[in-house]
Amino acid sequence: MTTMTASPSSAAHDIQVVTLKIDDQEVSASRNQTILQVAAENQIEIPTLCFMPGLKPMGSCRICLVELAGSPRLFAACVTRVSEGMTVITDSPRLRKYRKQIVELLFVERNHVCSVCVSNGRCELQALAVKLGITHITQPYRYDKMVVDSSHDLFRLDHNRCVLCTRCVRVCDQIEGAHVWDVAGRGIDCRITADLNLPWGDSDVCTSCGKCVHICPTGALTEKGTAVAEMRKQPDFLPYLTIMRENH
Amino acid sequence: MSAKPRVATAWLDGCSGCHMSFLDLDEKLVDLAGMVDVVCSPTVDIKEFPQNVDVALVEGAVSSEEDLHKIKLIRSRTKILVSLGDCAVTGNVPAMRNFFTIESLFKRAYQENADVPLRGEPASTGRSIDGPCVAVPKLCENARPIHEIVKVDVHVPGCPPPPDAIFHVVAELLAGRIPDASSLTRFGK
Amino acid sequence: MTPEELGKLAAKEQKARSACKHRVNVCCAAGCASMNSDKIKDDLQSAIKEKGIADQVQVRSVGCMGLCAAGPLVSIESEGKSVMYKGVTDGDVSEVVESLEGKPIERLNLPTDMPFFARQEKIVLENCGVIDPERIEDYIAVGGYAALIKALTEMTPAGVVGEITRSGLRGRGGAGYPTGLKWGTVAKSPAREGRKYIVCNADEGDPGAFMDRSVLESDPHRVLEGMAIAAYAVGATHGFLYVRAEYPLAIKRLKRAISQAQKIGVLGANILSTTFSFNLEIRLGAGAFVCGEETALIASIEGNRGQPRPRPPYPAEFGLWGCPTLINNVETFANIAPIVDRGFRWFASIGTDKSKGTKVFALAGKIENTGLVEVPMGIKLRDIIEDIGGGIPDGGKFKAVQTGGPSGGCIPKQYMDMPIDYESVKEAGSIMGSGGMIVMDESSSMVDVAKYFMEFCKSESCGKCVPCRVGTAQMYDLLEKIHKGEGASDDLAMLESLCELVSQTSLCGLGQTAPNPVLSTLRYFRHEYLELLRDGQKELAAAGADKGKDGAV
Repeated sequence: MTTMTASPSSAAHDIQVVTLKIDDQEVSASRNQTILQVAAENQIEIPTLCFMPGLKPMGSCRICLVELAGSPRLFAACVTRVSEGMTVITDSPRLRKYRKQIVELLFVERNHVCSVCVSNGRCELQALAVKLGITHITQPYRYDKMVVDSSHDLFRLDHNRCVLCTRCVRVCDQIEGAHVWDVAGRGIDCRITADLNLPWGDSDVCTSCGKCVHICPTGALTEKGTAVAEMRKQPDFLPYLTIMRENH
Repeated sequence: MSAKPRVATAWLDGCSGCHMSFLDLDEKLVDLAGMVDVVCSPTVDIKEFPQNVDVALVEGAVSSEEDLHKIKLIRSRTKILVSLGDCAVTGNVPAMRNFFTIESLFKRAYQENADVPLRGEPASTGRSIDGPCVAVPKLCENARPIHEIVKVDVHVPGCPPPPDAIFHVVAELLAGRIPDASSLTRFGK
Repeated sequence: MTPEELGKLAAKEQKARSACKHRVNVCCAAGCASMNSDKIKDDLQSAIKEKGIADQVQVRSVGCMGLCAAGPLVSIESEGKSVMYKGVTDGDVSEVVESLEGKPIERLNLPTDMPFFARQEKIVLENCGVIDPERIEDYIAVGGYAALIKALTEMTPAGVVGEITRSGLRGRGGAGYPTGLKWGTVAKSPAREGRKYIVCNADEGDPGAFMDRSVLESDPHRVLEGMAIAAYAVGATHGFLYVRAEYPLAIKRLKRAISQAQKIGVLGANILSTTFSFNLEIRLGAGAFVCGEETALIASIEGNRGQPRPRPPYPAEFGLWGCPTLINNVETFANIAPIVDRGFRWFASIGTDKSKGTKVFALAGKIENTGLVEVPMGIKLRDIIEDIGGGIPDGGKFKAVQTGGPSGGCIPKQYMDMPIDYESVKEAGSIMGSGGMIVMDESSSMVDVAKYFMEFCKSESCGKCVPCRVGTAQMYDLLEKIHKGEGASDDLAMLESLCELVSQTSLCGLGQTAPNPVLSTLRYFRHEYLELLRDGQKELAAAGADKGKDGAV
């Protein structure tokens, strides 16, 4: 049924502003915003890992899962758009339990030996463990042997520290436009890979811009010549670039 | 409680750094000494882990058959077992050997890196990869965190855990509470 | 070609058929073809030629007759009588030719009134084993493309959507989403840059499932017709058939079918001389199970890594290249032409209240009649296993049937009298799935079954989201530990908690359903897990006291 006259329902469809509830707080939002964006605007913190402002969200780490009243399903806040009358719960015993378990799975998947990591003290995975009150890992560790790719002149890729958030893949593709990085393999065998599975140093397209290094949340991508806890990352270029592009 | 709580410390496969951090409590050690009986510790010369220990702080991963024996004994004689530091909590550096076979590990440590010939053999001959297995307890296939072997009551991560975190944990335990050290320390701290 | 010309073609074809005294049909679908049925067909043809009766006997390759276990199958229709031969070999050829004018060969005879054939109700498979899948004329002769003509000339697009909606057809890919509702959503979604797409999901990947393969090999035009009708109904002009590359015969026949359909004018521009145009392309899946998930399938067709993305938005609104996209499975599309042709009332009269029509199942495992069957919804599990399937071979006892592949579960014997429909199967802890039925007897270890499916999920996880990527690997390790007898009750508790995590937090259906085989075997066969635990005796004794309650077997 199509009609040219504006009915109340079609008028509602055109409204761009919605109101919703996040953790008992009434908030208003633009209908194309995500739950995560609206929560952040209202100082409601939802933990994230793969999310990076300025890159297309993936919804893949599942840390930012939230509950929506009336649905048994959980939704990734970074990719779920707000809607009128939505009631979002960002913190509950169930969510806390799942977030903890997911972070634990990341710790057992690779070999995050924090004490000898160049990113010790400045690592988002480590910080997430603190935030979620994780004092030990209940899951058995996998101890899969990983390689370290030191073939690049300036940088190093240590698969032992990688959480497969694909921030590097996205920043290289979406911002730098080089698409050096991608994911090879599947399941537990997934690895970040340069070009068509070349050593990073042999990549023809890498511009050595270092963007991937500085938005990597852990010690997986780092600068060479750094010792334990010495790697300082400067991800601030990304919001700056994003603002500049939007205003262009 | 008439008698003072009986506290023990022990180390397995670690670097003793957690014990050093414990000693870094400095003058607080004096307060602590008045509150507890330290019944066994690498810093106290007692060979056999005693019975009826109230709190045991254990450093290091479980790496060898001796570690296995020790931790089971400690668990059976202790009320509250504390995993002290990253090696005890996560396996940490000792567990980095888990990617290699024990054979290749021994070859690397006792042959390739040996600066003295082993048992009269020149290091270059490669004729023996046994290593010093008579004098040293047999290694387990993997170095593992303590809670994968026995039940652990309190986990104190950190490499090493800061003295404040250790003091908080001990003080809380003495006050009869199970402490949560997550705000004072973390993996790798 | 106009509808009238198509009608003439059908009449001509039917006439040519009835002119033959005997029609010999040789199954040349993958199962029988793997046993050299192609050669048997050629030998039959030359033997008949040699005998000088080639003008009276028509020998054809046809599609799947269903009873794959007894292949190669040959069926002979002569003047109203029909006979079916099983296990035909090169050596039987001359005898078969002799028997055309004499008595049927007792040794090879497969009675067509046996329950395997008699109890089936065929809609999707009605042409399978009857027509030559490589000839569009054969399909047209049995009424093929009449439904497309009807839709284009007598019905509005909305009318077609309404017909499908009222038929009660639900998606045959596994989840059972109402097909009409999906079509309606795509129809109403505004086209993006004038484009909407139709996609047929033929990435059948469940272990033990071969329904879609058989349909594509045996009656490819039926699927093309369904897709064309769908395109007309939702306003799409382009479609993709996403077929797994492991189905070379299906791909070959589809390619041939598409070019025949284009030649005759039932695909392409101005179909049947109307203003409606619809083009179809084949895309090959490179062997990733996850590409059966619709958003991963879309990514794959677009040329990207086959990984799912979170929904919403659903493909019906935002699919291929951001355009509204209708994705249905092979069997769903194969149901469309009969519904349009015979009307929704006819279809809705078959099946149960909420599950209409029939369902094709692939029977595999410890069952006498391995093969493909089509039964009305609501049929009892017992009828499928014991009657149609012929029961368990070698005097074995039925233990459970696995449905729904790695997303499904094991249904134990206390559900033998359960009617098979979407809701009941779900209640029993499994899912209808695409139609794989793997029958297990008492010799099967259910922990082993769970482990097998977890290994499958672990290696087929795309690795995008953490719970599925790492969770399936951890669950597999725990299952292996328990299976080896090295597990303790802590391990079982951890397994159960991982099951919850992975099902609740995974990004797509693969992860969300990956724990199902574990959960369903734990529900009905928990004692088998406990028996393997180092410390399972206590719980086992407690469970023994509860014997007789739901779940305890």
